[in-house]
Amino acid sequence: MSEIIKSVKRTNYVPYRWVYGRDLSRFFLETKNHKKLYGVRCTKCKKVLVPPVEVCGVCFAPTDKQWIPVSDHGVLNTYTVVNLSFPGQPTNPPYAYGLVQLDGTDNLFSHLLGEVKFEKIKPNMRVQAVWNPEPKGDLFDIKYFKPEEK
Amino acid sequence: MGRRVAVVGVGMTENKSHWDCSMPALYRLAVTRALADCGLTHRDIQAISFGHSPEYFEGINHPEKWLAEACGGYLKPVFRIHTGGTVGGSAAIGGYYLVASGMFDVVMAVSGNKLNETASAQIGLGTVYDPIIGRQFNTGAPSAVALQSLRYMSKYGYDEDYGIRAAVQNRQNAMNNPYAQLKIPGYNFEMAKSTPMLCYPLRLADMCPTSDAACAMIFVAEDRVKKITDRPAWVKGTAAVSAGVYYADRDWAVPIELRKAAEIAYKQAGIKDPLKELDVIELYNAFSWQELVWYEGIKLCDWGEGGRLFDKGITAMTGSLPSNPSGGVLCANSIGAAAMFRKAEAALQVMGKAGARQVQGAKLSLGHGWGGAIQFHTIMIFGSEK
Repeated sequence: MSEIIKSVKRTNYVPYRWVYGRDLSRFFLETKNHKKLYGVRCTKCKKVLVPPVEVCGVCFAPTDKQWIPVSDHGVLNTYTVVNLSFPGQPTNPPYAYGLVQLDGTDNLFSHLLGEVKFEKIKPNMRVQAVWNPEPKGDLFDIKYFKPEEK
Repeated sequence: MGRRVAVVGVGMTENKSHWDCSMPALYRLAVTRALADCGLTHRDIQAISFGHSPEYFEGINHPEKWLAEACGGYLKPVFRIHTGGTVGGSAAIGGYYLVASGMFDVVMAVSGNKLNETASAQIGLGTVYDPIIGRQFNTGAPSAVALQSLRYMSKYGYDEDYGIRAAVQNRQNAMNNPYAQLKIPGYNFEMAKSTPMLCYPLRLADMCPTSDAACAMIFVAEDRVKKITDRPAWVKGTAAVSAGVYYADRDWAVPIELRKAAEIAYKQAGIKDPLKELDVIELYNAFSWQELVWYEGIKLCDWGEGGRLFDKGITAMTGSLPSNPSGGVLCANSIGAAAMFRKAEAALQVMGKAGARQVQGAKLSLGHGWGGAIQFHTIMIFGSEK
C-alpha cells in the first residue's frame, strides 16, 4: 500500500488576563476582606442583581450607586453532576454545581456544591455559602455551597 | 420585510469525520452541491454570507480569509457572521437580508465547522463562558443544557424517560437521512437508557455527536426565481432574537427569546395556529430535552406542555406535525452548519426534495437555530407558495 500523509498537528497557546472593571473589583474586594456578598438594584425595574453591574440588561437602565448587602444563603434553582472529563477542564470531575438564587436577589448565581452526597441534592433545597479561609479576590473566595444548617 | 426572496438551491455535506477532506474542500463541496441543485454557476453568485463558529474549534482565526475562495468568493463581497450555535441560522438570515434589501439578487449563504480537528470540541465550548464568573465549573455545552434540562424536569414533573424517548424518536428518523451521522439500526429505548450518565440528568444518548459538515443555501430575488426553478422555497418569515445570561428572573426552562422569535416570524408569515398550520419543523435539538422545551418556545403548546405534546405522537413521522424528519442535531452536530441544516431541511421539505425523509405534501415549514447559553435563537419559515 502506498504511503498516505493525512494531517499535521499543532497547538495554539495564548495566555490572557481579564480585567474585572469597577464593579467586580469592588465585589471581590468585599468577598476577600469581609466575606460579604453585595448586589445592586436596577433604578427602573427595582430587581436586585448579584454580582453588581452598572446597567440592568433587561431595562438598559443604570443601577443604584448604593450597593445592597445580600445573604450568602439561598435556594438551589437547578444543578448538574458532571462526570464527563475532557482536556483543559478547570475542575476535575465528578463534581456538582448549580444555580443559586441568593435571598433578596432576583437573578441566579452559579457555584459548586459541596459537603453533600450527589444523590441528596434536590432542586429548591436551601443552601449556604462555605467561605474559603484563604480568599484571593475571586469566585473561589466562596469554596462552594452546602445544604443549609438547621 | 423587503423584497420577496426564495431559496432555489441547497447543498449539504455528510455529517461525519471528514478525515479525507480539508476545511476548504468541505466548504467547496457544500457550495458546489448547492449550485448543482439549481443549475447556477459561481459566476451567478453576487455575494456570500459566510458562517463559521468559534475560532477555537479548529484553532484557525479569521477563517473566512482561508475559505472565501473555496466558497467562490474571489473578487466578491464576503460577509462573515458569527453567533455561536445559531451561526448557520444567522448566516442564512444574513443571505436573505442581502437579497430582501435589494442590494443583491443572488446570494450564497454557507456555514460549517470541522469539530474533529480539535482534541475536544468541549475545550472550545468551555471558552464561550464568562471568564470571571461561570467558566470555572462548565463542561462545555452539556453542563449548561444539564441545568436547563433538570430545571425543566423539576419545574413540570417530567421523569428522565422523556428525554430518552425524544432522543430515540430522532435517532429513528435519522435512518432516512443520508447526511446524518448517528444512524444505529434497531435503535430503541433500552439501548438509549443503558448509556452512561455524563452530566446529570443527561446520558450519552441525550447528547449530539461530534461532526464535520458544511451546508449552503442560495437566496434569489423574486423576479429571478421562475427562470431558475419551478420548486422554490419562499421565505415567509424570519427572526433572530438574543438575550443575556444573568438577567433578573431568568428561567432556564422558559426560553422567552425563542418565544419572541416565533411570534415575530409567525406574524410575518401570517401564521395564527402553528400546530395546525405548519406541516413540518426542524428544531436545533442538540440535547434530547430541548426537543420538548423548544416545542413550547415556538408556541406549539403552553409552557410545561412540551412533554405531553410529545406523548400524543403529533411530532412523530406518522403525526400531523413531524419534528426533525432528518433526525435533527441529536444525530449530526457540526455546530457551524447545524442551524443552517435546520433551515435547509425545512426548505427542502417545501420544495418536495427531502427524499426518504420527505413529509408528503409539506407546504409550510419552520427551521430553528439555538446558540449561546440557551439565549440565541433564529427562525426561518418557508412556504411552497409565495
